[in-house]
Amino acid sequence: MQVMTDVLVKRAKELLSSGEVARVFGWGHGEFGYDTTPALFEDEESLGGFVYDGFCGANISKYLIAESKKEGKTLAFLKPCDTYSFNQLVKDNRINKDNIYAVGIPCAGKVDIDKLKEQGVSGIISIEEGDKEITVKTVYGDKTFVKADVLLDKCYACKGKEHKAGDEFISPELSEDTTNGDKYELVTKLENMTPDERFAFWRSQLSKCIRCNACRNVCPACSCLKCIFDNDNSGIASKANADDFEENMFHIIRAFHVCGRCTDCGECSRVCPQHIPLHLLNRKFIKDMNELYGEYQAGEDDSSRPPLLTYTKTDAEPSIVHERGGDK
Amino acid sequence: MKRVSLDKLNELLSALSSSGAVYAPVRRDEKDVYFSKWSEGSDVDLTVLKTSRSAKDLFFPQVEDIASFKTEGKKISVIAGTPDGEKFTVFGVRACDARSFSILDKVFLADPIDPYYKARRDNSTVITLACPAPEETCFCSVFSIDPSSPEGDVTTWIKDGFLYWRANTDKGAEAEKNVSSLLEDCDETAVKEAEKQTKEIVSKMPLSNLDLSRFTPDELLPVFNSPKWTSLSKACLGCGTCTFVCPTCQCYDIRDFDCGNKIQRFRCWDSCMYSDFTKMAHGNPRKSQVERFRQRFMHKLIYFPANNNGEYGCVGCGRCLSKCPISMNIVKVIKTLGAEEK
Repeated sequence: MQVMTDVLVKRAKELLSSGEVARVFGWGHGEFGYDTTPALFEDEESLGGFVYDGFCGANISKYLIAESKKEGKTLAFLKPCDTYSFNQLVKDNRINKDNIYAVGIPCAGKVDIDKLKEQGVSGIISIEEGDKEITVKTVYGDKTFVKADVLLDKCYACKGKEHKAGDEFISPELSEDTTNGDKYELVTKLENMTPDERFAFWRSQLSKCIRCNACRNVCPACSCLKCIFDNDNSGIASKANADDFEENMFHIIRAFHVCGRCTDCGECSRVCPQHIPLHLLNRKFIKDMNELYGEYQAGEDDSSRPPLLTYTKTDAEPSIVHERGGDK
Repeated sequence: MKRVSLDKLNELLSALSSSGAVYAPVRRDEKDVYFSKWSEGSDVDLTVLKTSRSAKDLFFPQVEDIASFKTEGKKISVIAGTPDGEKFTVFGVRACDARSFSILDKVFLADPIDPYYKARRDNSTVITLACPAPEETCFCSVFSIDPSSPEGDVTTWIKDGFLYWRANTDKGAEAEKNVSSLLEDCDETAVKEAEKQTKEIVSKMPLSNLDLSRFTPDELLPVFNSPKWTSLSKACLGCGTCTFVCPTCQCYDIRDFDCGNKIQRFRCWDSCMYSDFTKMAHGNPRKSQVERFRQRFMHKLIYFPANNNGEYGCVGCGRCLSKCPISMNIVKVIKTLGAEEK
């Protein structure tokens, strides 16, 4: 993976030195080989800390809202799935596209360190990444994994190899579609539950919430300058839950708010420190929209009108709620 | 030194619960283990080192009511909250979390004493469990914490199918009385062996040599003014994950909730990462994320030690390392600022 890092750094340096871009947004290396951090590089020297490997799962699109307000262009390295969030933020008039130089980079799936740890990996000293396998060196011995078995959940619902935005592309042929099965499988399972079972499932999951707001803050669709839940003047600012249902409502309301703009990037579930499968709420809404208003993928382009803002004669009638809502 | 077969763990916890609730690391689902009230059938997990939330929750809960106000006509009555008087035992606390209690003590038991926190501390017995296999994110030893022999009212070790038990305090001796019929006397050979193994592993861990030498009260201004804070905090999302999973973060907010017929005053965890942290009438003293980010680490590495005989406000549990959505954390801060020229 060092090869790809070197290729991207070389290109970034060219664009910096030619003056085409003023800064670079990508990922910086970590302590253990898996803990990369989204990072801004403002000169060629700082690019020594740049990394692009199998642990760069973080979606950097949201950072481009701030970067695109700066003087000069920002070079942004975007994986195929990141381009969906990028497009959506352009469509929402949040990213000024003119100030971004988007470079599409290849992705063959990103590794989930938690999946390695769930299989007993601990005491990691370094990680060696090959094309198909990953070897973890630990104080307790070395272990090799097939990458396809330990990818982030979002990678198993891969949107495909194609970048939907970009001013140039580097080695797109190295991308792989890592879809694994039906991405709506768990949603369907929830739909098939009785209302009581479904209620119990979500109560159990959502009550783990610690209101850290990581899901909201990482979400590219949550781009309000000030969230209503942070605004004391809103009357519903909530640093603590007034009762044990409030955090449940918070997540349900948030899912409604991003509905139609959520690209299913999966960052909410990736970052949740309590492992709540929040993306299933969003995915349920996406599935419903597809069924009621026709197939639609948020972020596929940066200008088309979304179904929830478009009236057609074939739109579902409000009474659909009664037909689909069950008896509760 | 005493011991009990691990096969009798449930009997042990059941016997401990005769003097009040027992909280233990209980597996809630395939991903998460929390300190939860033990009952028959609880899936106790003594292998997980870092519970998804820290053990501080038992003494300093995320939300608690502290007073209420009621008006009848022109009369306002103020009803004070009641500190929790129930006895309880925490079982299976690791060395890092155990030390966090004494750090929280320095805040909540200093004048003015916090009666809610004090009641829980007074009424609790802490039974700790040594770590047989630290993880790469562990760095408690940097703060002179010994994971092979944690502090606590009782210290326990697991070795070869037995739970070894040593009472350290009067409370520990009380707890021992409740379980004495299950315990048998033994020598210290197995525990010494377990301690030696843990120490050997700790010496190989990548963060065991973390250099804290720069972080002294004398360096307050140079560290505060370092230009590196900007790049360190660049990707910070401003969420509260690090503060809420941290066993030593102790900041709280006090708010009033309008219940319609009364006002309920409660306190809840606050996070220095939040935009309204320490917001006063004139506004917020830290307007940017870099200032908020800096506050968290200055507090743990400079301000807290300056006020507490050099003791750092971090126990090296590593929860923030594994939980931060963008993998920015206190270790990266220590390494980056520690490498700067003084």
